[in-house]
Amino acid sequence: MILSEKTASQLSALYKEKKCAPDETLKSLGEAVRAKDARTRAYIQFDPSRARRRDVSKDAPLWGVPIAVKDNICVADEEITCASKILQGFISPYHATVIEKLLAAGAVICGRTNMDEFAFGSSCETSFYGPTRNPRDPGRVPGGSSGGSAACVADHTAIAALGSDTGGSIRQPASLCGVVGIKPTYGRVSRYGLVAFASSLDQIGPITKDVRDAALLLGVLAGHDPKDSTSANLPVPDYPEVLGRPIKGMKIGIPREYLSSGSGQSGISPAVQKAVREDAVRVLERLGASCREVSLPHTAYAASTYYIIAPSEASSNLARFDGVRFGFRHRGGKNLLEMYEKTRGEGFGAEAKRRIILGTYSLSSGYYDAYYLRAMKVRTKIKNDFDEAFKQVDVLLTPTSPSTAFKLGEKSTDPVEMYLSDIYTISANLAGVPAISIPCGIEERAGKPLPIGLQFMAKPFDEAALFQVAHAFEQHTDFHKKLGNVKE
Amino acid sequence: MIPTIGLEVHTQLATRTKIFCACAVEFGAPPNSRACPVCLGLPGVLPVLNREVFRLGLRAVLALKGTPSAVIRFDRKNYFYPDLPKAYQISQYAAPLGQGGFIEIASGEKIKKIRLNRLHLEEDAGKLIHDQSPDTSHVDLNRAGTPLAEIVSEPDLESAEEAVIYLTGLKAILKAIGVSDCDMEKGHLRCDANVSVRKTASDPLGKKVEIKNLNSFRAVKLAIQYEIRRQSEALEKGEPLFQETRLWDEARQKTFTMRSKEEAHDYRYFPEPDLVPFSVSAEEIEKERKALPELPAEKKERFVREYRLSAYDAGLLTQDLKIAELFEEAARIARDNKTVANWITGPVFSYLNEKGKAIEDLKLTPALLSAAANLVKEGKVSLQVAKEKIFPEMAETGRAPEAILKEKGLAQVSDDPSLEEWVVQVLKEHPKVVDDFKSGKETAAMFLVGQVMRKSRGKANPGRVQELIRRKLKADRTS
Repeated sequence: MILSEKTASQLSALYKEKKCAPDETLKSLGEAVRAKDARTRAYIQFDPSRARRRDVSKDAPLWGVPIAVKDNICVADEEITCASKILQGFISPYHATVIEKLLAAGAVICGRTNMDEFAFGSSCETSFYGPTRNPRDPGRVPGGSSGGSAACVADHTAIAALGSDTGGSIRQPASLCGVVGIKPTYGRVSRYGLVAFASSLDQIGPITKDVRDAALLLGVLAGHDPKDSTSANLPVPDYPEVLGRPIKGMKIGIPREYLSSGSGQSGISPAVQKAVREDAVRVLERLGASCREVSLPHTAYAASTYYIIAPSEASSNLARFDGVRFGFRHRGGKNLLEMYEKTRGEGFGAEAKRRIILGTYSLSSGYYDAYYLRAMKVRTKIKNDFDEAFKQVDVLLTPTSPSTAFKLGEKSTDPVEMYLSDIYTISANLAGVPAISIPCGIEERAGKPLPIGLQFMAKPFDEAALFQVAHAFEQHTDFHKKLGNVKE
Repeated sequence: MIPTIGLEVHTQLATRTKIFCACAVEFGAPPNSRACPVCLGLPGVLPVLNREVFRLGLRAVLALKGTPSAVIRFDRKNYFYPDLPKAYQISQYAAPLGQGGFIEIASGEKIKKIRLNRLHLEEDAGKLIHDQSPDTSHVDLNRAGTPLAEIVSEPDLESAEEAVIYLTGLKAILKAIGVSDCDMEKGHLRCDANVSVRKTASDPLGKKVEIKNLNSFRAVKLAIQYEIRRQSEALEKGEPLFQETRLWDEARQKTFTMRSKEEAHDYRYFPEPDLVPFSVSAEEIEKERKALPELPAEKKERFVREYRLSAYDAGLLTQDLKIAELFEEAARIARDNKTVANWITGPVFSYLNEKGKAIEDLKLTPALLSAAANLVKEGKVSLQVAKEKIFPEMAETGRAPEAILKEKGLAQVSDDPSLEEWVVQVLKEHPKVVDDFKSGKETAAMFLVGQVMRKSRGKANPGRVQELIRRKLKADRTS
């Protein structure tokens, strides 16, 4: 029995039966990381001796379950880098609310995972600490920005991990690595302690080996936080309880704009198109759901809207990295201005600078109305599209990413090409709706099994519907087992 | 030359804790001891609005007769400076908490309405400390996140004097409604002035100059006067003026250029995504409006009506709630409004001015004040002695004026035989003045009274002295 290959719920059962103890799991993970992380480089830091846990009841939902954390979520007295040079040496004095919640639920916090710098990217290649590689094929990217979290879960060097999702940063790497990732409704999970990228879009969510673990973890993470004014004061349903409910009669919408038959969405790979539009639909219908096409008419504007709003907020959020109070500072500047310029010039990578410049431009006097304000108006239209669609159907079904994992370096020289790999995921952030990605197929490429992911989206705060349909699909298709995520 | 002036006043709201976190608002604490991760702008922190800040802001809007916004939103104002930890200030730009409103000021004979443009809420920045070493500066973020209301007037002021009267009135209102302590020494009230000058009323407004760093009423007055003079001279000489920001240099009593229009910041305002807009119900607004105490202007009207005071005296007595309370209670005890009013606008104010103290710093009670006023009225002591010898001790120690009077032997001399003796001596010493009086120069008598007062070291009853002198000289004239 290899404990690192277990899911959180499997571990809980084993602990209850006293078949193993949390320290053994940590030890097993340590061995797995030693053996495999040199290949993927999923972690920025993994040190079981620094594991955090609290003395809580063994009945706590995640008692003894190690959780890896994306390195943009604050853990008290630990370094946090956001995979950027500019935060080098900064140690957070406080826990993010999600860390408090995990500790209270008995989880063991262990390991900081790699990511695109400040979550800017879809390939994990912009990290100051070097790229993470896809465990399914180390020549390919794991996706991003939560690439490290998805890779370590897929590689069994973690039981489960936290990611953050601003435009697809949980779902796209989950898809490319063949694991489960959910972006909750905006406001479902506290952002306190998540280093902000785009405050109106960011959400923290779990990346797990199967749907059950995703439901288990989100149940712990979700809920109102007085420290985050944007967190919703709504009750959190018992998510694991919906698992196993039949989906007979569930109405599933397929946005025609997301598939190659629709307008303006070229670039979808035939394998992805078939896995989602044909195979997945067939499975869902066999399970009693009714699938039909719906329209999200403003989909074509989502990417341009996103790439105005997200960099605008980022340009402001990243202004605090100025060398004055923490992290990297260029020494030897002749005056304040030079200190600022050299600190930021040397501290930020190319993609971070690109987004700061884009955002600064969009917010500038004279351009604000044409860019930021217009983007905000289009955002409302995109949200209205979803409101309309959810009057007709319970959930929406789309691919998570237009293609399976691409090769390292393949898109890193062309930012627009890179941005388009988020084309199916960004609308959920703009509209604030919850979305989950689960494996739905495997594309063989040069003898390597590359996972295909599908995405379900639901109306705000209806994560339960996502777990219900995703779990039914998973149990019927068994891709979680075919990909080796869950072993008996 | 016609000056046009508008003021932007930043006032610190009297809350216990900061605007977006639970840190204490405290003046003079050790550097960075009142600063949490939110104040420090550490990665990952989020602001949470202190509802009391909103409530105080709303109170101020209502007291200033403005219209409260139905939805409360915040915006980010982006700029780099080491005292601004997030590199943006959370402020209100597109939708200020209050719009419109006015303050009435007495300018010369007439009452002038100074319109307000807006009142918005924002967080204060920290403070830079430069005097610790020659080549490093330090940042103290205790003040970062202190709640401020910025109150912007329309350009309705026309002189430095009017600006000061406006500020005095604004301060009185903010203090009366408990929104701010307005302690200028602690930076509770800070002011920027926009000043322009044009040749005639038919000319378009001149180039607007913003003067920053005005930390006292005196600085406001002197800086505006200086700026009006500077701009007028330039206009007269036909020299160009520029839209710019200038700083007041207290030491050199001059303004100097800080930045020109071209160097002005682009603050890239946009809606603060970390705070959710919320709406204010009409009931909430009405509740707050009903809870407003009597405002200085209303109090002033009532003082004129009820106590039959001049508008001027009533104005002076209603600028500070504590003073107004002292007056009302002392007048009730003394049963003499006018005398008590004179006492406060006279001895009390000049003492406070001279010592740089506030009324709260004194041990003066309404009972003590009315007792002192009665002593003078009953002729037991002269006003001058009461003011100079009795009042300071009474105000500082809280001792009864009668006791001080007795202890110091300051009782007024009205009937004492020595009074007559002093008069005779003075008349002897100043024969020339006596002659002047006899030849009809009335002011000569005043001089003689003064001399007797001097001999008595102020103890003589001046009315009685005058009477005696006139009687003596009249007797001489007829003899």
